[in-house]
Amino acid sequence: MPSPAAMSTPSTIAEQLAFDAKDVCVWYGEKQVLYNINLGVRPKSITAIIGPSGCGKSTFLRCLNRMHELVPSARMEGNITLFGDDLYAPTVDPAFVRRRVGMVFQKSNPFPTMSIQDNVVAGLRLNGIRDKAFLNEQMENSLRLAALWDEVKDDLHKPGVSLSGGQQQRLCIARAVAMQPEVLLMDEPCSALDPMATQKIEELMQEIKRNFTIVIVTHNMQQAARCSEQTAFLFMGKLIEMDTTEKIFGNPAEQQTEDYITGRFG
Amino acid sequence: MALAVATTPAPAPKTVGQRMPAPSRAGDVFSERFTLIMALSIFALIGLILYELLVGAWPTIKTFGFSFLTTSSWNPVTEKFGALPFIYGTLLSSLIALLIAVPLSIATAIYLTELAPLWLRQPLTSLIEMLAAIPSVILGLWGIFVMIPFLSKFVYPGLQAALGWTPFFSGPIFGIGMLSGGIILSIMIIPIITSVSREILSSVPNLQREAAYALGATKWEVTRVAVLSYAKRGLFGAIILGMGRAVGETMAVTMVIGNSSKISASLFAPGNTMASVLANQFAEASDDAFLSALFAVGLVLFLVTVVVNLFAQLLLLAAGGSKHGKLA
Amino acid sequence: MTTHSTVREWGDHHHARKRKSAFVSTVCVLSGVLVVTPLALVFIYLVIQGAASVNGDFFTQLPKPSGELGGGMANAIVGTFTLLAIASLIGVPIGIFGAVYLAEYGSPKLNWWIRFSSDILNGVPSIIWGIVIYGLMVVPMKGYSALAGGVALGCLMIPIILRTTEEVLLLVPQGYREAALALGIARWKVILQIVIKTASRGIITALLLAFARVAGETAPLLFTALGNNFWNRNLLQPISALPLQIYSFATSAFDDYHRQAWAGALVLVTFVFVLNISVRFLTREKA
Repeated sequence: MPSPAAMSTPSTIAEQLAFDAKDVCVWYGEKQVLYNINLGVRPKSITAIIGPSGCGKSTFLRCLNRMHELVPSARMEGNITLFGDDLYAPTVDPAFVRRRVGMVFQKSNPFPTMSIQDNVVAGLRLNGIRDKAFLNEQMENSLRLAALWDEVKDDLHKPGVSLSGGQQQRLCIARAVAMQPEVLLMDEPCSALDPMATQKIEELMQEIKRNFTIVIVTHNMQQAARCSEQTAFLFMGKLIEMDTTEKIFGNPAEQQTEDYITGRFG
Repeated sequence: MALAVATTPAPAPKTVGQRMPAPSRAGDVFSERFTLIMALSIFALIGLILYELLVGAWPTIKTFGFSFLTTSSWNPVTEKFGALPFIYGTLLSSLIALLIAVPLSIATAIYLTELAPLWLRQPLTSLIEMLAAIPSVILGLWGIFVMIPFLSKFVYPGLQAALGWTPFFSGPIFGIGMLSGGIILSIMIIPIITSVSREILSSVPNLQREAAYALGATKWEVTRVAVLSYAKRGLFGAIILGMGRAVGETMAVTMVIGNSSKISASLFAPGNTMASVLANQFAEASDDAFLSALFAVGLVLFLVTVVVNLFAQLLLLAAGGSKHGKLA
Repeated sequence: MTTHSTVREWGDHHHARKRKSAFVSTVCVLSGVLVVTPLALVFIYLVIQGAASVNGDFFTQLPKPSGELGGGMANAIVGTFTLLAIASLIGVPIGIFGAVYLAEYGSPKLNWWIRFSSDILNGVPSIIWGIVIYGLMVVPMKGYSALAGGVALGCLMIPIILRTTEEVLLLVPQGYREAALALGIARWKVILQIVIKTASRGIITALLLAFARVAGETAPLLFTALGNNFWNRNLLQPISALPLQIYSFATSAFDDYHRQAWAGALVLVTFVFVLNISVRFLTREKA
C-alpha cells in the first residue's frame, strides 16, 4: 500500500511503477523459461506483452500475481514490486497479492454452481465480506464496468454458464474488478472469442484503464497495436524490447522485434 | 483503491480491501494436514487387519507352525487344526470357476467390442454390470433353491454317467458340493472379468485392426492377431482379478458348498473354502484354540487375496489398461 | 503363408477361414446370451417366489419364531438403514476428505501408494473385516452390537468412497480452481466452496454406489451385528439386517422362512438396483 506521505504528493504516484520487475528468472524443474526479465509497468495504462508461442509471456504474467506457484516444480528468482511493495517478501501471503492483482483467463470460467450475480461477488463473499448492501452495490458497479449490466440486469439469477462466450468473459472481468484490484492481468482474454465479442472487450478495456492498470498478454499483434500504450516483446524467455506501442510497431529498435512484427516468424 | 484524500472529517467509503479480513495461512495448513491423515487411513486399515489377524492367529501359529498349511485334519474336538482342506477347497472351486468363466467372459468381451451391433453394446454392458451388483447372499439363495435342484436333476446325473469312472465325478450326489460352489462362483466372477476385458479390448487402437483388415484377414483373424495378442497382458490381468474375487467370495459359496472339513476327490462331495469355513464355523467356535485356528485361516485368506490382487493390479498397470481398481 | 497354385484352391481356403470366423462369432454371441441368462433367471425366480410375499406384513412385522406362518422383516429393514448410518459416519468423512488430499494436495509418489493400497484393500474379502472387528470390538465389549456391525461396514466403505470420490474431484476442470485462487481466496475455501460444490453431484453418486455395495453385505455382519429377531433400540446390542435375515432364513429348516427369504431378497435387490439406476440417471444428466 502506498504510504500516506506518498499519497499527498501526486507526482510521486504518477511516477511510481505499478509493477517493477528486476532480473526475473523462472524455472520449471530443471528447465529455465525466463531469463533476467527487467521491465516496468506504468500505472493506469494498458501494457501489452507480445511474442510467439512458448516465449514465456504467460509465465511472466503469472509471476505478477504469484499464480505460477500453482505448478509445484516452478521456481522464481528476482524481484517484483507492486507500487513499491515487494510481492515476494517471505511474509507476504500469495492470497493477499491476488486480492490486489486480478486476473482474467484465456478460457472464461464462471463458476458453474453460481448465478450471474453470485459469480460477480464470489471473490468478495468467499473472502469474508457479508454486507449485503455493499455486495449488491459492488455487483452492479462491476457489471457496469464490464459493459454487461444492461444485458443481464433482468437475468441475474440465471446460472453464470448460461451466457454466451463473450458474455461469460465479461462476467469474469466483472468478477475480477469487483475485488477493486489495483491491476488487472489478462491472459489472451479474447483468443476464444469471435470478433464482435473481442471488440466489446477491447472497448471496455479502454474504459476501465482509467481505474486500473492493465497488463495484457496477447498473440494477436493487431490487438496489441490497437489497445495498448506500452508493448513488451518477449522471445525465448528474454525481453527483447519494450517501449511505447507506437515505437514498437512503427520503428522498433531491435531487428528481432521488426522481424516478428512484420511476420517473418511467428 | 479509493484514493479519498479527504480534507473534511467525512469518513471515506470503505474499500473492498478494507472490508476483508486479513488472509491467514492457518486454514490451509490445517486443511492439508487433516486430509493427509484421512488419506493415510488406508495404511492404518491394512495395518489394523494384519495386526488383529496376527494377534488372533498367534496361538495357532505357535502351536502348529507351517504344518498348519499342510495338514488336512481339522478337528475342533481334539484341537488338531490343519487348513489344507480349505486351501484345497479355495483353489479347486476357483479353478472350476475360472474354467467356466474365462472362456465365456472373454468371448462375451470380444462380442461386445468387436461384433455386437452398436445399439446393443451399452445395454448389454449395463446388464452385465447389474449382475455384478447382485448381493452374494441372494445368489446363494437362488443357488440353494433353484440352481442346485436343477443341476442335481438334469446335469449331475449325466455327468456321473459319462465321467463317473474318474474319481472327480464318482460318489454320491448331494446337490450341494464343490462343483456347485465352483459353478456359482463362476456366475459371480463373469461380470468382473467381462467388464475389465471389455475395457482392455476397447483400448486397443483401431490402427491395429485396420492394418489387419487391410491385409485381407477375416473378422476372427483380425481379433486374434491384432486385438487379442496386443491385449494379452491386460486380459491376463483381468483373469487374475477374477481369480482374486473368486478366492474371497463368501456368502454364495458358503450356502452351496456344504460345510465339510475333509478333502474329497469327488466334485460332488461337500467341502469348504477358506472364506466359507469362516462363515460356517466362526459362530460355533466356542473355545480359544478353535477361534485362533479360524483367525489363522483368515490370515492365510487375507494374504492370499492381497498377493493375487497385487499381481492383478501390476499386470493391469503394465498393460496400461484399467487405471483404477474394479470395485464391482 | 502357403502359396496357392490355383485360384480355386485359394477360394476354398478363404471359405474355410470365413467359416471359422463365422463359427467363432457365433460362439461369442452365444457366450453373451449365456452370460446374462443367470441374471434373468435370478430375477425371474425372485419375482416368482418373492413377489407374493412382499406385502404389508413383510414391512411391518417382526419374524415369527420357529417358522410359524406369517411375520415379516421390519426389524431387518430398519436394521440395514441403522447400520448404513453408522457406517457412513466413518466411511463418508474419511473417504471424502482422503479423496480431497489425493486430488488437491499430495505428492505423486505418496498418492500412487495410497491409491494402489486402496485398490488392494478393496479386493480383501469382506468377511475379514468381520473377524477383525470381532476381535477389536466384540471381544472387548463382551457382546455383539450394532455399533460393531456399523464399524465393520464403515471400514469396508472407506476405500470405495476414497477412489470414486477422487475420480470425481479430478474431473473438475482446473480452470475453476485457478479462477478462484486468482481472486485471492484461500486454498481450503477454494476446495470446499468451489471444487466440492462443483463436484457435488458426482460425490453423491459415489456415495450411492458405496451404499449399494455395502447394503448387500452379509459376511462382515455375521460376527459383529449377529442378527436379532426383535426390535433393537440399543446400538450396543445385536441388530438385524436384511442380508443377515435372508441368510438365516434361507439356511433354516422351515418353509415359511424360505418364503420370506425370497421376499427379503426381492426387496434387497430392488433397493440395490434402485440405487444403481439412480446413479446412472444422475451421471447421464450431467453429460
